[in-house]
Order: sequence, then C-alpha cells, then structure tokens
Amino acid sequence: MKVRIHVSLKPGVLDPQGRAVHHALDGLGFKGVEDVRIGRLVEMEVADDTSDEALDEMCQKLLANMVIENYRIEKVG
Amino acid sequence: MKTAVVTFPGSNCDRDMWVALRDVSGKEPVKVWHGDADLPDGLDFIALPGGFSYGDYLRSGAMAANSPIMRSVKAAADRGVPVLGVCNGFQVLTEAQLLPGALMRNAAQHFICRTVPLRVENADSLFTSAYSKGETIHIPVAHHDGNYFAADDVLDRLEGEGRVAFRYEENSNGSRRDIAGILNQRGNVLGMMPHPERAIEADHGGSDGRRLFEGVIASLVEA
Repeated sequence: MKVRIHVSLKPGVLDPQGRAVHHALDGLGFKGVEDVRIGRLVEMEVADDTSDEALDEMCQKLLANMVIENYRIEKVG
Repeated sequence: MKTAVVTFPGSNCDRDMWVALRDVSGKEPVKVWHGDADLPDGLDFIALPGGFSYGDYLRSGAMAANSPIMRSVKAAADRGVPVLGVCNGFQVLTEAQLLPGALMRNAAQHFICRTVPLRVENADSLFTSAYSKGETIHIPVAHHDGNYFAADDVLDRLEGEGRVAFRYEENSNGSRRDIAGILNQRGNVLGMMPHPERAIEADHGGSDGRRLFEGVIASLVEA
C-alpha cells in the first residue's frame, strides 16, 4: 500500500521559509498570493495490513514534530 | 568524576566539548558512539555536542533523538544525571522530549555564526552556579535552526519556574521571548544554542563559557 504523509506547520507557527518564498513570488510579479506555508511530503510503501494506529504512531514518534507540526495521512492505494 | 561526550554521525563539536570537559575536570571524558546501546556505568555528566547529526535529515536532531544511545541518555536523565545539550545537542534534547519546545529555522533564514551577548537568567542551577543572575556573558553561536518555539502556556511555565537559563540580549534568530537556553523541571538537563565549549580560553575568543563547566564540575564534586 502506498501512503502519503503530509506534514505541515501548525496554524500560528511562523514559517520563515514560507515567508521568504512568498516574498520571492511577489518579486517575480505573481499577483494575488496571500500566504505561503511550506510543509513536507513523505511517501511510504507499507504492508497492506498496516494499521491506522501504526501509521499514527509513525507520524507522532518521528515523521512530524507534534510541537510545531500537524500531519495528514493519505492512502493512495 | 566521570564525564562522557556522545558523538553522532555528523557531530562536529564533540572534540571541543571533550577538550573543555578534560581541561576543567582534569580527567579525560569517555567518548560514546551513537550506536552504542549502553552508556558506561557511573557517569556523573553527559554532553551532547553540536554539529549536524544525520545531516539534519527530516528535522535537526530528529534522527539522533531516536538513536540507540538516546534511550540510555533518557534513562540517565531520569535518574538525575546532568545532561548538557549544545546547539545540535539542544535540538536532540527537544526532539527526544527531554526538554519542551522545538528549534525552528532562524527567522531571517540565515546561518548565524558570531559571538553574542547573553543574559544569565538563572544562576542557581547546577550548570549556571558560577555566573551571577543578570550578568551579561559572551558566547559564540553557530546555527541555522536556533529559533526557539513553544506555545505560550509552555513559555509562561518555563519563565514562572525559573527554567530559562539564558536569554539573547539581541535576538537574531527569532526565538520566542529571546530564549537561548532552558532547563528541564528537575534542573538536571540544560539545552542551549550558544557554544560554551568554544569559549574556554581567553586567547581563543573569550572564556565566559568556561565557567559553565567549572560550575557543573564544582557542583558534582560537592555532591
């Protein structure tokens, strides 16, 4: 089973990288960009019987830092 | 007096830390490798040095926090053994949840490498007893991910419990409430971004960091 883990900064946590990229987009002349937040995508190939609990544990123990980040699990199939 | 310095793949301040501890304690620290499952018996002090453990993969300190030796470091910290984490060592301590909060990319995105003034906020801890409260000391920083973040309630608690050890007098990395170093609740774990081990010789850019090691060693001798 292919699984995508989307890791993003929690709302309210300042994202310096996103801010710099936002600034760069403005500099390139793109209009209407209101906010940029940068996250991380982890693609994994896991055994089909991997439980949701196990995936959650992977995210909470290693893939995301729960102090500053949220995660979303997407099963691609 | 038995001290140890843990080296992870990518640590690069481990030798400076080793020299600082040797010079101040008069005894050679034990060198411990990240893949070792166990720490040597009878350790009085453990240092996690700066560097780029595991190439900062995933997040700074995240991989090292889950390496075999960190289980033993956590157990030792729980027993009350003093643990000092500097720079990447601080990042490892937060990722290992031995200290609260997280260290994010510097607010201005730049790597910062210079000597900075710090204010000593707590001079009663076993790490800071050789300083005076409110004193300004000068210690080098060298980091890209030193922007300390924690939620407001966590910051309030840290401040209320006197667990902010050092603050930047000039905040260059975006750290919340200018925090440069914090203690755990028990007071036996200190994480700090500035490098005291790089400031132990007056001839090499200052010796304000030396007193941190002198304070720790003195309190261990008394104990």
